[in-house]
Amino acid sequence: MITKRIIPCLDVKNGRVVKGINFKNTNDVASPVELAKFYSECGADELVFYDITASFEERKLFTDILRETAANVFIPLTVGGGINSVEDFDRVLKCGADKVSCNSGAIRDPKLIGRAAKLYGNQCVVISADVKRVGDDFRVFAKGGREDTGLSAIPWIKYCVSEGAGEVVLNSIDTDGVKKGFDIELLRLVTDAVDVPVIASGGAGSVNDFIDLFREVPDVSAGLAASVFHFGEVKISELKEEMRRNGIPVRL
Amino acid sequence: MIAIIDYGVGNLFSLRSSFKAIGEEAVVTGDPAVIMDAAGIILPGVGAFKDAMDKLDSTGLSDTVRRAAESGRKLLGICLGMQLLFDRSLEYGDHRGLGLIPGTVRPLAGYVPAGLKIPQIGWNALDIRQDSKLFKYTAKGDHVYFVHSYYADALPANITAVCEYGAEVTASVEKGSVYGFQFHPEKSGTAGLKMLKAFCEI
Repeated sequence: MITKRIIPCLDVKNGRVVKGINFKNTNDVASPVELAKFYSECGADELVFYDITASFEERKLFTDILRETAANVFIPLTVGGGINSVEDFDRVLKCGADKVSCNSGAIRDPKLIGRAAKLYGNQCVVISADVKRVGDDFRVFAKGGREDTGLSAIPWIKYCVSEGAGEVVLNSIDTDGVKKGFDIELLRLVTDAVDVPVIASGGAGSVNDFIDLFREVPDVSAGLAASVFHFGEVKISELKEEMRRNGIPVRL
Repeated sequence: MIAIIDYGVGNLFSLRSSFKAIGEEAVVTGDPAVIMDAAGIILPGVGAFKDAMDKLDSTGLSDTVRRAAESGRKLLGICLGMQLLFDRSLEYGDHRGLGLIPGTVRPLAGYVPAGLKIPQIGWNALDIRQDSKLFKYTAKGDHVYFVHSYYADALPANITAVCEYGAEVTASVEKGSVYGFQFHPEKSGTAGLKMLKAFCEI
């Protein structure tokens, strides 16, 4: 049986992992390569590297880091951030990324997903959507959640999947940072709407939040989080053991 | 030395790094002479079956791979590379494969129960059906990473492991010195690296 995946997300800026890291087990707590190795050894099923740099020089540094990580860590790597063109896909794939996630880039250019899927295959194209409740609707937000695009989330995600996105990362802005659990209502809507794997993001505060996620939304494929893992509030090995105890398929 | 065949399909970075990590010399090459000279051959591949087969044919590498396999050289096809080993594939039409292992590559859609996500993406447990030299270091229940929308409908005699995805899905095959993994050993953590090591040690 396919297992539910646990995915730590590393925000990388200037070649370093940002967002407070609180680890004793790594020599260099902000080194993306060291942290990636650490997570891989703890049982992470996949890693997301999020490039939050802006300048060309920093982007080069990011791809150097990515290359070094991919040379040392043998689990799937997804890269997001600053993916605006097919050239951006190419740039990170050549450095060892397995999947490329685009968000604002797909909103600006709705044909980007289709072009990338045709070139690299659906399996490596991920649509990431930041979604927030507006009135009765779920809306897609751009620019890191600051700008309402006016796009309704479900039709937008369905469109991206029909264009060739092989996976969906759903970030709920409403639950993100609150640490009171994932956005079950929204995740149910999205998993019902598409046939490709959906990765839940935003809201994890404890081991129980992940257990609730996989119980309440059995169709969700993975849970993604950043700070709860980085701060050690949720230890991946303990989380996975608890999943097993709850009968959730898991790779130990 | 291991030759990783480069025919312009897919990303060979991780594969090359994997061999480096287990201390094996591996070259990425499209040169038939280098391939024929290698101790073992890796046939990688992602994307569409027909495109990959066309590229192997147009570069003459399909003949190289067949000749190497017929001479008893160990050959490991990975993911689409495994599917190419079969007689034919029904991915977007009906296409001829390398014909090194009997069987047909068919869509998961319609084979696995409706409601399951396609492609199968993620970690699944190997259910080992036959002893294989490649599983020398593999423990029962080891998980490996799959990404695929098609599966190999192969003879039980050639299937060494399956995974359960609503139905039994071929995970690994072998016939003589020709081996195939549907999953990605280079993305399957230490479990996968150990299989590559076992391949090098044959």
